[in-house]
Amino acid sequence: MTAVADRPTAAAPAPTSAPAGRRKKVTTGRRVLHVFLIVVALVWLFPVLWALYNSFRDYAYTSTHGYASFGGFTLRNFTNAWNQGDFARHFLNSAIVTIPAVVATLVLSSMVAFVVARFNFTFNLALLGMFTAANLLPPQALLIPIYRLFRSIQVPFWVSSSGTLLDSFWGLILINTAFQTGFCAFVLSNYMKTIPMELYEAADVDGASVLRQWWQLTLPLCRPPLAALATLLVTWIYNEFFWATVLLQSGDKFPITSSLNNLRGQFFTDYNLLSAGSVLVALPTLIVFFALQKQFVSGLTLGTTKG
Amino acid sequence: MVDTAVPLTAPADSTRSTNRPERKRKVRRLTGRDKLTVAFMVVVPSIVVLGLIWLPAIASVVLSFTRWNGIGTLQGSDFIGGENYVNVTTIYPPFWPAIQHNLIWLAVMFFVATPIGMFLAVLLDKEMRGGRIYQTALFLPVVLSLALIGFIWQLIFSRDQGLLNAVTGSQIDWFGDQKYNLWAALVATTWRQVGYIMLLYLAGLKAVDASLREAAAIDGATEGQAFFRVVLPVLRPINIIVLVVTFIESLRAFDLVWIINKGRNGLELISTLVTQNVVGEASRIGFGSALATFMLVISSIFIALYLRVVMKGDER
Repeated sequence: MTAVADRPTAAAPAPTSAPAGRRKKVTTGRRVLHVFLIVVALVWLFPVLWALYNSFRDYAYTSTHGYASFGGFTLRNFTNAWNQGDFARHFLNSAIVTIPAVVATLVLSSMVAFVVARFNFTFNLALLGMFTAANLLPPQALLIPIYRLFRSIQVPFWVSSSGTLLDSFWGLILINTAFQTGFCAFVLSNYMKTIPMELYEAADVDGASVLRQWWQLTLPLCRPPLAALATLLVTWIYNEFFWATVLLQSGDKFPITSSLNNLRGQFFTDYNLLSAGSVLVALPTLIVFFALQKQFVSGLTLGTTKG
Repeated sequence: MVDTAVPLTAPADSTRSTNRPERKRKVRRLTGRDKLTVAFMVVVPSIVVLGLIWLPAIASVVLSFTRWNGIGTLQGSDFIGGENYVNVTTIYPPFWPAIQHNLIWLAVMFFVATPIGMFLAVLLDKEMRGGRIYQTALFLPVVLSLALIGFIWQLIFSRDQGLLNAVTGSQIDWFGDQKYNLWAALVATTWRQVGYIMLLYLAGLKAVDASLREAAAIDGATEGQAFFRVVLPVLRPINIIVLVVTFIESLRAFDLVWIINKGRNGLELISTLVTQNVVGEASRIGFGSALATFMLVISSIFIALYLRVVMKGDER
């Protein structure tokens, strides 16, 4: 139990954790290894760097000199992409979907995880299995019933301009929440099982209700996995493409990731504009990644089910 | 420090089983309000997941035996047995190409992306200077959405403005020509998948007891021998997880292909066929559901395998 909990995260491979026996002097082998890894890293970064490079270049320049050239730098692509692609609106749509879905997912999954970890009911394992497996089903296999269901559920027009859950942010928030809850419940319950039972016994003695034990005892202790999961969920739901594409019909409701497909028509002839648009769309996830890399990486290895 | 709980090696059962009888007492002592709270905490999330994931999954299976076109209510007379399945496999032209493409996809992820990811993880596990930077570079694509990856690679694969043709002087439409587009899409997917696999193995390797390797080294094993005979067997749970993830992700591959050409013209996948049969006015519900059921059946095999691995510690 402690062997797992105590080892450093993958994100922070602390050099001190290296056993002395494996530390080697700088040998030729090491140099070859470094050269090899530098080459691989550059190859891996290349597509992103290429997009970044061309996003700063003028269309007129690249169309006469070709893309494999140097020069013609400008910032205009970014302003053009922003305006033509209506990025302000689509970023807002992404926020409208992502933020409530992340919060709802964490609340729902921490409730289930808490019950599974804190109490010993006979249905615990089955319940957790039901949640965990849900996350692994192919979304396309559920599309038909979900599509029909959302179309038949009427909502007031002040909730959604379409009058149904289809083509509404609510539908998208719901389905994202349902899909991610399983994964988070699984990860959180594993973590919560490491919380000593004595803490709950003490809380019981002090007369704390189950609700308080969840909110004021368990959740604060679960800050590390909650932070990791929140980071992952923001990226995943922001990146989510399938449900947004099939459940939304009005182009102006698309989150930024699925609006890309609509934008392609406008950007098709101008690859510098396309590059700038791609860079803008990638920016939020890249910022999250670089700012919270530790959370992000440790989160992925917490559950090992998603990509 | 306590911020990893890799499920594979998650809490040992010994400590928990001793707590068992006490827990049972706790449950009995719950007040009425607490019982209500517990019920609420289980029921609300369950309704969301059952209602939006599991019931639709069952509904897909039921609908696959009907001829429903989506108009009006579902009548008993619409049940047509396995006819949709017969139609899908015999008279639906894109079906077998889609199966073939899904299998190719799986094979590439399994035989190309996974070994590369594993190999890089082994190299990065050597705790060298700058290891973190290499790791970040390799992992970066995982942060991007597959839709965006389609766009970024278009800058390389495009016929007229792409880098690849500009450098090689060829005139191939990498994303458009059905001789090449599956492979072009696979290059882009592999680019992302390698980083992910690498990370999973890196996490697994960090958990391997160092004394195992030292013992192997003392016994005179080469690094290669130590890896294949000692480390890899210890990584068995990670291997199974990677296997399951690879199968499931290959089955539900969608975004990249949809961005390229909506899954037509050489890029048919089961996932895109389902979507094409439902979205818009096509509404071939029974038919699409047969395809969906196909996906459900395959994925459930791997989900069962996955659950067996990750929940092993909980079984008694």
